[in-house]
Amino acid sequence: MADLMNVQAHVRLGSNAGQSMTRRDGVLKVTGRAPYAADRQPGGMLHAVTATAGIARGRVAHLDTAAALAHPGVVRVYTPANRPPLAEHPDTKIHGFAWRMEALQDDTVRYAGQPIALVVADTLEAATEGARLLNPRYEAEAPRIGLDGNTPYQPETVSIGRPPSLEAGDMDAARAGAARHLDTVVETAAQYHNALEPHAITAQWFGDRLEIDTPNQAIGLAKQSFATYLGIEPSQILIRSPFLGGGFGSKAILYGAQLLVVLAARDLDRPVKLALRRDQMFGPVGHRPATRQTLRLDLDEHGRIAALDHHTLAVASTFDDFIESASNASHSVYATTAMRTTHSAVRTDTGTPGPMRAPGEAPGSAALEVAIDEAAYALGMDPLAFRLLNYADTDPSTGMEFSSKALRECYERAADLFGWKDRPLEPRTMRQGRLLKGWGMGTAQFPCPMFQAAAHATLRADGSAVVETSAADMGQGAWTALAQIAADGLGIDIDRLEFRSGQSDLPDAGVAGGSGHTATAGTALFNAGADTVRQLADLATNDPASPLFGAGNAGVTARGGRLYRNDDESRSEAYEDILARAGLDLVRGEGKGAREGEAQRAMFSHGGVFAEVLVDPDLGQIRVNRLVGAFAVGRIVNPQLARSQLLGGMIWGVGFALHEEAIHDARTGRFTNNDLAGYHIPVNADIPMIEALTVHEDDPFVNALGIKGVGELGVTGTVGAIANAVWHATGVRPHRFPIHPESLI
Amino acid sequence: MTQTLNLTINGTTQTIALDDPRATLLDVLRERLGLTGTKKGCDRGQCGACTVLIDGRRMNACLALALSHDGAAVTTIEGLAEGDRLHPVQDAFLRHDGFQCGYCTPGQIMSAVALIAEAEAGLDPERVREGMSGNLCRCAAYAGITEAVLDATRTMTREDAA
Ligand code: FES
Ligand code: FES
Repeated sequence: MADLMNVQAHVRLGSNAGQSMTRRDGVLKVTGRAPYAADRQPGGMLHAVTATAGIARGRVAHLDTAAALAHPGVVRVYTPANRPPLAEHPDTKIHGFAWRMEALQDDTVRYAGQPIALVVADTLEAATEGARLLNPRYEAEAPRIGLDGNTPYQPETVSIGRPPSLEAGDMDAARAGAARHLDTVVETAAQYHNALEPHAITAQWFGDRLEIDTPNQAIGLAKQSFATYLGIEPSQILIRSPFLGGGFGSKAILYGAQLLVVLAARDLDRPVKLALRRDQMFGPVGHRPATRQTLRLDLDEHGRIAALDHHTLAVASTFDDFIESASNASHSVYATTAMRTTHSAVRTDTGTPGPMRAPGEAPGSAALEVAIDEAAYALGMDPLAFRLLNYADTDPSTGMEFSSKALRECYERAADLFGWKDRPLEPRTMRQGRLLKGWGMGTAQFPCPMFQAAAHATLRADGSAVVETSAADMGQGAWTALAQIAADGLGIDIDRLEFRSGQSDLPDAGVAGGSGHTATAGTALFNAGADTVRQLADLATNDPASPLFGAGNAGVTARGGRLYRNDDESRSEAYEDILARAGLDLVRGEGKGAREGEAQRAMFSHGGVFAEVLVDPDLGQIRVNRLVGAFAVGRIVNPQLARSQLLGGMIWGVGFALHEEAIHDARTGRFTNNDLAGYHIPVNADIPMIEALTVHEDDPFVNALGIKGVGELGVTGTVGAIANAVWHATGVRPHRFPIHPESLI
Repeated sequence: MTQTLNLTINGTTQTIALDDPRATLLDVLRERLGLTGTKKGCDRGQCGACTVLIDGRRMNACLALALSHDGAAVTTIEGLAEGDRLHPVQDAFLRHDGFQCGYCTPGQIMSAVALIAEAEAGLDPERVREGMSGNLCRCAAYAGITEAVLDATRTMTREDAA
C-alpha cells in the first residue's frame, strides 16, 4: 500500500476532482435506463407481498391462509407456521449495525405495520389480493404510543453504541457564577425517511449461490449479514445495488422481509421480487423518533454561555435500542465553560427508530438554535452577534482544536448575500403586503467521520484504468465524485477511467452514510491509484531506457497519463510506454481508506443558514421565501454535486421545520397518515429562492484528501433558522416541530 | 380470463393479452412489457414517479387501469430520446443537475414535457414550481428541476420558432 508521503509526491488533486462535472450516470437516469432493484425481471419470477399488522401490540390469532391460497395465481403463503428455518434468529443482533427484525419468527405483533405473512404469487395483483384475503384476527393489547406513552428509562447507549451522557467542566460552579438563565423545551415529531424508491428486493438462487438485487447503503456488510442469517458463506452471495432511489439511512440496515424473500426464492426455486408499499415503509425500515428536549442556558453578565444543559427524551421501540442522540448536537457548536448532555427514552409500540439524515444532529440542532435565539433576544442582542460572542475556537466538549473551522467566513458570506445587517431586533416589525415577514438564522455543524474502505486500481497496457470498490450511490453522486478522485489518484484523465462499483464482489467500500462515504471510499481509491503509480514510477526510474531513469521514485509526478521528472518537466513518459517496455499488460494497486489512530482534533463541517419567512397573520400559513446557506466543507470534489447535496439537506430542513410529522392514532397505535398525501414532504412550490455557497477551507487533518462531507450538514442550522424567522415574523416562539399554522394565531 | 388491450406505446402499436383486469397501466408497462423506466413511488397518485403521457396529457400511470385506456397512445421516458440524441428536457435535467438518486426523474421529465406543451407556465419560475409540484423529489433537487424546466422551455421555444 502506498504511504501518504509518496501519494503526495506523485499526484495532485485537481485535474479531475474539484471540477464541476455532470453525473457520469446522468444519461442512464434521464433516459429511464438506470436499473433499480425493482426493475429486475429474471425469467420465471414470482411476486411477493407482505401482509402487515393492523394492531400495534398483541398477537395474530388467525390468518385465513386457505382463502389466500385459493385465490388464482397464489403460489405459497408463508406464516410463522411454515416459514423455512433461518440459521440465526432475526432478533439476534449479529453486529452493532443489526436491528432486531420481524421475519415471521412468531405470532407477536410489536408495532402496526409489522409483517405478519408473506404471500407469493404469479402476479403482483394476485399476491396483493392474496395478502388481503388473509383477513387477520388479533388478540390486541392497549398500545403505548408517543412521548408520554410509557415510563421513561435510562438507556445504556445512544445512537449506535455511544455513551448516553457527557459532562465537561464544572456545571455547579458555572451556574453559580451566571447572571441569568433560560429554560426551553422543544418537541420534534416522528419522521419517516420516505426515499422515493420503496424498499425492494429481487432474489434468485443458482444452486447454493444467491443473487440479490436490493438497494443498500453498505453492501459489504449486508452480504455478511445475509450469510449469517442464512447460514451460508458470504462468498455464496452476490448483492447488486448500483443505484439507490434515495436511502437517507433507511437502506443501511437489513429488515425482515428481505430474509423472507430470500427464503421463499430458495424454497420455491424461483426468483422472487418484493417491493414494499409506501404505507409499509412506516415501521420496519426505521424512522427518526419524536423527541422532547429540555435546554438550559446559563449566561454570564457579558452574555457568554457559562453552562449548557441539554436533555433529550426520545421515543424508542419496546424490543431494540436506538436512542436518538439529539443532545449530542450541543457538544461542539458554541463555547461554554461547562456542559452536560443527557438522554432518556420511552419504550413504545412502534418500529425501532434508526439513523435518518443527520441523526441526532437534526433534532438537536433544531432545539439548540431555538434556545440560542431566545437567549440572544433576552440579552437584546442581534442573533449573529450573539453567536459570534459565543464562537467556539476550540471544541468545548473535549478541549480539542478544530481540524479546520471557517464558520466565521460562512456567517459573513451568507449574511452578506442575505442582507442580514438590516434586520430589526424586534419581532413583528417587517411586512410584505399584508404578510408578516421575519428573518432568522442558525448554525450548521456536522461531524466528519471516516469508516473503512478498500479499493483496487488496475492500469492497463493502453494507459486506461479500471478501479473497483463497492460504493453505494444513493444520489449523492458516488459514480461521479469517486471516479474523479480515482482518476486523480492514478494521474489520468477521467475519460480513461472505468469505475466499477455497486456490487458486493468488489473491494468493500463500507457504508454510504454519516457523510463519510466520499472521504472514506475516496481515500481508498486515491491510495489504490497512488499505489499503482508508485509501481509505475519504480519501473520507469529504474529503467536506463526511460527518460525518467535515475529520478528516483519520489522525483516524478503523474499527470494526464504521463510521469514527469520534477527537476526537468521536459522529460516525461506515457504510462503505456512504461508498461510496454517492461513487458507488462497491467499494473495493479490496492488502497485502503480509514482514519489512522485516535483523532487529535475535533473534525466538523460548518455553515451559517439564513431564512426569510412570510406568515399570514390571519391564517398562520408559513412560507419560506428565501433561504441562504454558506458552508465550509473542506475540499469540494465536485461543486455541482456538492451544491445539490447541500440544497437537498437545506430542503430537508424545510420539511423538518414545517411539514414532516407521522401521526399515530393513540387508541389503535396505527398511523393516520402513512402515505405521501398525509405525510407531507416539501414539494417544488415550497422551495423559493434558495442558495448554498461554499467557502474555501483547507483541512490538513481530517484526511489526506482534505474532504469533509456534505450530505447531512444542510439539515442542521436550517430548521432553527426557519423557526427563528417565524418568531421574528410573528413574535410567537415555536417550541414544536413541525410548526403548525394554528400555533401562530 | 385474458383480455385484449391495444396500446400505442412510444409510437409502436401493440396488442397485449392482459392476464389480469386489475392491472394498472403502470404495472402493465413495468411488469408485463419490461418498460421499467416509469417508476412506482406510491401506487396511489401521490408522488408523480409514474407520470406518463396518455394521448399527450400527463397522467399518473398508477391510477390508470390499463383496460380503461384501450386504444390510447402512451409516451414513456423510454420514448423521448431519439437514439443517442436526448430530448431537450432530458438534456436540461442533466446539465442543471435536476436530480440526485434519479428515481423521481422519469416522472419529473415526463411531467416537464407536458407542462411545457401546456404552455401555462412559460418562463415564470413560480408557475413552473407550481406546475411541477405533483412530482415529489425526496432528494429535493427542486432548484435544479426548476432551472432545467425553464432552460428547456427556452430551447424548445427557440426550436419551434426556427
Ligand atoms: S406511483 Fe403513481 S403517483 Fe406515485
Ligand atoms: S432525485 Fe431522488 S427523488 Fe428526485
